[in-house]
Amino acid sequence: MPGAKNGNGRVQIRKTYKLYIAGEFVRSESGRAYRFDGSVNVPRGSRKDLRDAVRAARGAVSGWAARTAMNRGQILYRAAEMLDGRRAQFVELLGSGRGAHKEVDEAVEALVWYAGWTDKLAQVIGATNPVAGPYFNFTIPEPTGVVGVVAPGKPALAGLVRRVAPALCAGNAVVVLAPEATPLPALTLAEVLATSDLPAGVANVLSGYRKELLPWLASHMDVNAIDVAGCTPAEVIDIEKAAADNVKRVVKLAPNEMSPYLITAFMEMKTVWHPVGV
Amino acid sequence: MWDMATALSLSHLGSLMRGVRSVDEVGADERAASLAKRSIKKSSKLWALDLAIRCMDLTTLEGSDTPGKVAALCAKGIRPKPGDASIPSVAAICIYPARIADAKAHLRGSSVRVASVATAFPSGQSFTSIKIAEAKEAVEAGADEVDMVIDRGAFLSGDHEKVYDEIVAVKEACGPADLKVILETGELGTYDSVRRASILAMAAGADFIKTSTGKVQPAATLPVSLVMMEAIRDFVRETGRPVGFKPAGGIRTSKQAIAYLVVLYETLGADWMTPERFRLGASTLLNDVLMQIEKERTGAYQSGDYFTID
Amino acid sequence: MAIAKRQTTDLSRQTFDYAPAPESIDHIKIEPRYGLFIGGKMVTPHSKKRFPTINPATEQKLAEVVEADEVDVDHAVKAADKAFDSWSRMAPSRRARYIFRISRILQERARELAVVETMDGGKPIKESRDVDIPLAAAHFFYYGGWADKLEWAFPNRKPRPLGVAGQVIPWNFPLLMLAWKIAPALAAGNTVVLKPAETTPLSALLFADICMQAELPPGVVNIVTGGGKTGSLVVTHPAVKKVAFTGSTEVGKLIQRSLAGTGKRLTLELGGKAANIVFDDAPLDQAVEGIVNGIYFNQGHVCCAGSRLLVQESIAEPLLEKLKVRLGTLRLGDPLDKNTDIGAINSKAQLEKIQGLVESGIEEGAEIYQPECKLPERGYWFPPTLFTNVSQSYRIVREEIFGPVLSVLTFRTPAEAVEKANNTPYGLSAGVWTDKGSRILWMAEKMRAGVVWANTFNRFDPTSPFGGYKESGFGREGGRHGLLPYLELV
Repeated sequence: MPGAKNGNGRVQIRKTYKLYIAGEFVRSESGRAYRFDGSVNVPRGSRKDLRDAVRAARGAVSGWAARTAMNRGQILYRAAEMLDGRRAQFVELLGSGRGAHKEVDEAVEALVWYAGWTDKLAQVIGATNPVAGPYFNFTIPEPTGVVGVVAPGKPALAGLVRRVAPALCAGNAVVVLAPEATPLPALTLAEVLATSDLPAGVANVLSGYRKELLPWLASHMDVNAIDVAGCTPAEVIDIEKAAADNVKRVVKLAPNEMSPYLITAFMEMKTVWHPVGV
Repeated sequence: MWDMATALSLSHLGSLMRGVRSVDEVGADERAASLAKRSIKKSSKLWALDLAIRCMDLTTLEGSDTPGKVAALCAKGIRPKPGDASIPSVAAICIYPARIADAKAHLRGSSVRVASVATAFPSGQSFTSIKIAEAKEAVEAGADEVDMVIDRGAFLSGDHEKVYDEIVAVKEACGPADLKVILETGELGTYDSVRRASILAMAAGADFIKTSTGKVQPAATLPVSLVMMEAIRDFVRETGRPVGFKPAGGIRTSKQAIAYLVVLYETLGADWMTPERFRLGASTLLNDVLMQIEKERTGAYQSGDYFTID
Repeated sequence: MAIAKRQTTDLSRQTFDYAPAPESIDHIKIEPRYGLFIGGKMVTPHSKKRFPTINPATEQKLAEVVEADEVDVDHAVKAADKAFDSWSRMAPSRRARYIFRISRILQERARELAVVETMDGGKPIKESRDVDIPLAAAHFFYYGGWADKLEWAFPNRKPRPLGVAGQVIPWNFPLLMLAWKIAPALAAGNTVVLKPAETTPLSALLFADICMQAELPPGVVNIVTGGGKTGSLVVTHPAVKKVAFTGSTEVGKLIQRSLAGTGKRLTLELGGKAANIVFDDAPLDQAVEGIVNGIYFNQGHVCCAGSRLLVQESIAEPLLEKLKVRLGTLRLGDPLDKNTDIGAINSKAQLEKIQGLVESGIEEGAEIYQPECKLPERGYWFPPTLFTNVSQSYRIVREEIFGPVLSVLTFRTPAEAVEKANNTPYGLSAGVWTDKGSRILWMAEKMRAGVVWANTFNRFDPTSPFGGYKESGFGREGGRHGLLPYLELV
């Protein structure tokens, strides 16, 4: 556990947990931290950290969306590799029991599964539409843009990965609010994403007090969608009200959902027409 | 957009042709179809039918044409409805060169002009010298107007210069006669080519551009006419020289004729609604127009038995 | 030139004035007063409030309709809820047959519907006849076919209907929007309560008659008339499980907010401020038609209207010249005349909104162009209008005008065109005109809009999904995608 000494008397190097914004690990601009379990300090992200994270995500999204589907798949697969490589660390963070192993397996599995969806989604979800006229008409899914993900506290790792992976698979950039009481898996997942060739700003992870961050995320005019998997019913009501200010998409699918329909919940359908003539 | 100064310089003909804007086929078809749905009623229908006659090039272009056939056609052209002076004469009688003298004799004293096809009509696949000579002789024989065909083979093979040169030479050979240049749009394949050929013909000096010989299907269509009229509109904007338009082939009913007039009106405007700038090439349209006029006047649908065939 | 010197006759100098060609209305029967369509029949409402529906071209009252109150809406929702049980369990192939029947009756009664649509809403008869009604019938035909094929639409899932759908539609395409709402809802096995727009209730009330003629089981479709208050009652009724709204972004946001926490499924099709982008290699004459169709179709009362023309600077001058000439040929007047291109503005309120925004454009310094155009004395009219010398910040460029008003901006490079086109909170549609294939696809990819028309504009089809990005709403109508908002995927 953090701070423990090992057998030969070596003083362990502790890790300073940081926010992950625009590809960098930073402290909260507010300089604040909180101790969710009385021991480890984690950054108490501020609304300005959230603002910075959204700005980073907005800057990164068009480049990420423009990557080829195969490239996005490779990067998500790389994230699975990195996560699997840090299996021991995550198992420890998740309490070291049998459940912890299972959860890491599930998280890795989710990344691999969605990595494989990037270049199949448009084939399954898209369409060519036989319109009654001399036009070629097709519909393709496109990322909605910047997605806020409110991660569920339980399971802290798998629950988060199951929401972040489809959003990234779609080509969105995400701003993740780590669960207030179990922030370490989310903050550590940022280290996995940071070493997976994910472009800076595509994924951003904030820890802090939910009540200090959620209203700003919900009302942010440059956030296109928000996944409320980790929210209480009361929080969902407030988010839905605030979301109306810029017609945000509020994603409310079941927490354990694993499907292309969850990917498309973070997507827009674009239909293109062109005449067919000589 | 092309520029007239470069247009007339042969060395720049290639760039003129490359500079011609493309045409979207579906868009042109849809625009023509929507104009064809205009509903022309009562007084404006009568006016349009009257104009259709005044702009008509009454045509016979058969191997079996004889002096007798041409005489009958001329009589019909001068007085489409015997006994009804309110029906105007047609604009011209359109015939083969061999029949010019016959037509000239029968049309003397009338306003009806003699138009002759020329330049190895309908294919245009002969020697340039013969085409020039044919046009020249046609005018000498009395043709007021010459309807030449372009060499589609040359055009489609990319030899725009040859097409251009021939039009310039034939125009010169025509002297005082007006030159209508037939593009034979049914053989050009695309509206892009139609537009390009229209510009080429106008730049080379055509007084009219004309869709078809009537010997190739499809002949005149509404969208092809729209594309040619739009080319005329752009040419006029660029050069200030008005050029006439003549659809020909397959126009058999009053409804079709009115549709052409609607497209003309909404594309080139009222200034083109005159035989000086618009002709309808047709062989069997006239009686249908007469029947429609009679229907508008009497309110009763008509029978062919009451209208002379020629 | 010899020909030009010839004498012209007097007759040939006359202009080609099209004589009036009015569509016949002698086969149309409009009741003086309408009730509500609840539980399969026209019923006497609880509400005592009635309001007139006006022909905007003549300002004459066509009929009186009910402003349905809470009791009426409750009756309608309960009727729909009651009908849901049997309708959702009915063999899908039987459900399909009812929807096909409706489609066929729409075709059979097409002219009647077109005339009523034009009288009630002011749109040109050529549009209601050639666009609105045929597309509405086609929409029912398309979704009729889906009713017994739902399990093929969503891989690996079992689709289930949701229950009662509460649907609120706008006045710009009254019957077509009704079709967009009702057809997929019924195909998916839901029942509906639909509220047509305040100013255009008549085609929906005719549709009620069509439901009866089709012997659609009572309660499957219910139609309540009224204004915003009635609409709000429909969408907030506790037994309504699914809300579909087409209308302004402002009202859409109110609805989204009012449904917070209710768990109701929601789709919104809201406003737009589409860019119609013309590159220097575009087929210009067709682009001009596309621009005209984009903004002057249905008097510009179109959420996906191409209200911002972005034209490459190098061709701005010839394009504008062509466009201005073309505006001069648009025929404004009696919507029932078959040759009318621009009909009446839908209502006095809308006319005032357009006038206000146009005023603001002039005040902000934009240059206005309107062709010579005689407006009828009675009724609500606005001439086709074009603004040049505008900047991105002007209200006429930012705000949806929903009228025949086009703002023209220029750009120099494709990147600038993309930036300007996407510089709006809306994202419903976009137009791109260029002869270069790779550029079309590049532009189509870059547009943040749900529908991209390349070398065409304002085309619609039942098979083609339609809907917005950003503040233009969410959810799709049309195509396989249009079923999803009406289904739960188990």
